[in-house]
Amino acid sequence: MAMTGVLRPGHAVVRVLDLEESVDFYGRVMGLKETGRDKNGRVYFKCWDERDHNSFVIRKADRAGLDAFGFKVRDKATLEKLDSDLKAYGVATERMPAGEMLETGERVRFQVPTGHIIELYADKKDVGNGMPYVNPEAWTPDAEKGIAPIRMDHCLIYGGDIDGNRKIFEEVLGFSLVERVKLEDGVTDLATWLTCSTKAHDIAMVRHAEDGKLHHVSFLLDSWERVLRAADLMSMNRVSIDIGPTRHGVTRGTTIYFFDPSGNRMETFCGGYQWYPDMQPVTWTWDEVGAGVFYHDRKLNERFLSVVT
Amino acid sequence: MAAFTVTIEDTGETYRCPDYKTLLEGMEALAKKGIPVGCRGGGCGVCKVEIVAGTYSKRVMSRDHVSEEEEAAHKVLACRVKPTSDVTLRVLGKMKKNVCRDVNAAIAE
Repeated sequence: MAMTGVLRPGHAVVRVLDLEESVDFYGRVMGLKETGRDKNGRVYFKCWDERDHNSFVIRKADRAGLDAFGFKVRDKATLEKLDSDLKAYGVATERMPAGEMLETGERVRFQVPTGHIIELYADKKDVGNGMPYVNPEAWTPDAEKGIAPIRMDHCLIYGGDIDGNRKIFEEVLGFSLVERVKLEDGVTDLATWLTCSTKAHDIAMVRHAEDGKLHHVSFLLDSWERVLRAADLMSMNRVSIDIGPTRHGVTRGTTIYFFDPSGNRMETFCGGYQWYPDMQPVTWTWDEVGAGVFYHDRKLNERFLSVVT
Repeated sequence: MAAFTVTIEDTGETYRCPDYKTLLEGMEALAKKGIPVGCRGGGCGVCKVEIVAGTYSKRVMSRDHVSEEEEAAHKVLACRVKPTSDVTLRVLGKMKKNVCRDVNAAIAE
């Protein structure tokens, strides 16, 4: 699919309880590169192979969780069009000025029915991946420091009206449904996986009693070997692992779920399949949800549906 | 290294917890049960307990789950507390154990 509207997840802004402990975790253990700090106390990171200035931002707060999740759009005209489309659809939007986040252009910010704050922006400074645009190498030494994911890839959010969310993402922002889990009634979605690209998911959502919750932010690795290496580094650094290494049935990615030092769940994963807009969605039934979520165990762990921040 | 005896009042379960591990880590390390296990980072609140006897050190925990008053009344998250004496605790955290309960709650909204 020619990507002309929303391009990809661009940034996650996450609340942490202890800033310096978290800076150490995301920098040294995860291997993200710190790219700046602002006067509001936010610390900015990018993955080694990302070219834009930041993709993961942390802020000290007295509770954990997700402040906002941002998507990069193709250009300024797209941003203006999506803003007016959102308003026409009945979604209130707000403008955050350029520079409010470091090296990031103007953002259009709105709340989806599950209570999460979503942002769109067109510009973020290209600081490069440490290699030139002419005759680059294959990777840089940063690719070996810490877990060192390639990019911030997607998130999974929990809240009540995931149907309302899906309508906005599909009908206004141009996302498509890739996979879903149905409840026993065969009608209601327990969970949906949506894409704005050819990835198996750019955002996912699970129906949940409380709004505005974060299940996880996910980072891409480029092999199963790297997923196992990530698990070793997590054990060496006493990281709280939720489950894995294992594989998801949904999207077929290999995965580790783990928690940052404030209890925010993160994922490092590899794989999944390529999606094209002529493909029909995959459905999982309620009685096989265990295999959908954890393909080898074929059952949920007790934390999957209940532990969120 | 010192180690202390932790007693979970609800079940009568006891385990030895070294002073460098949290009450939750100590329980998990010996495959003991009783305190629900969540994020282990002070963020999700599922391992909330009340320390009814004993002393402990603690770290910052989410105000979504433990208010200042509760913290002062020894209602804390077991993942953020390390024993400095033998400890007796009562489990407060509710663990929603299965899909149905969670999903029905969501649909009932």
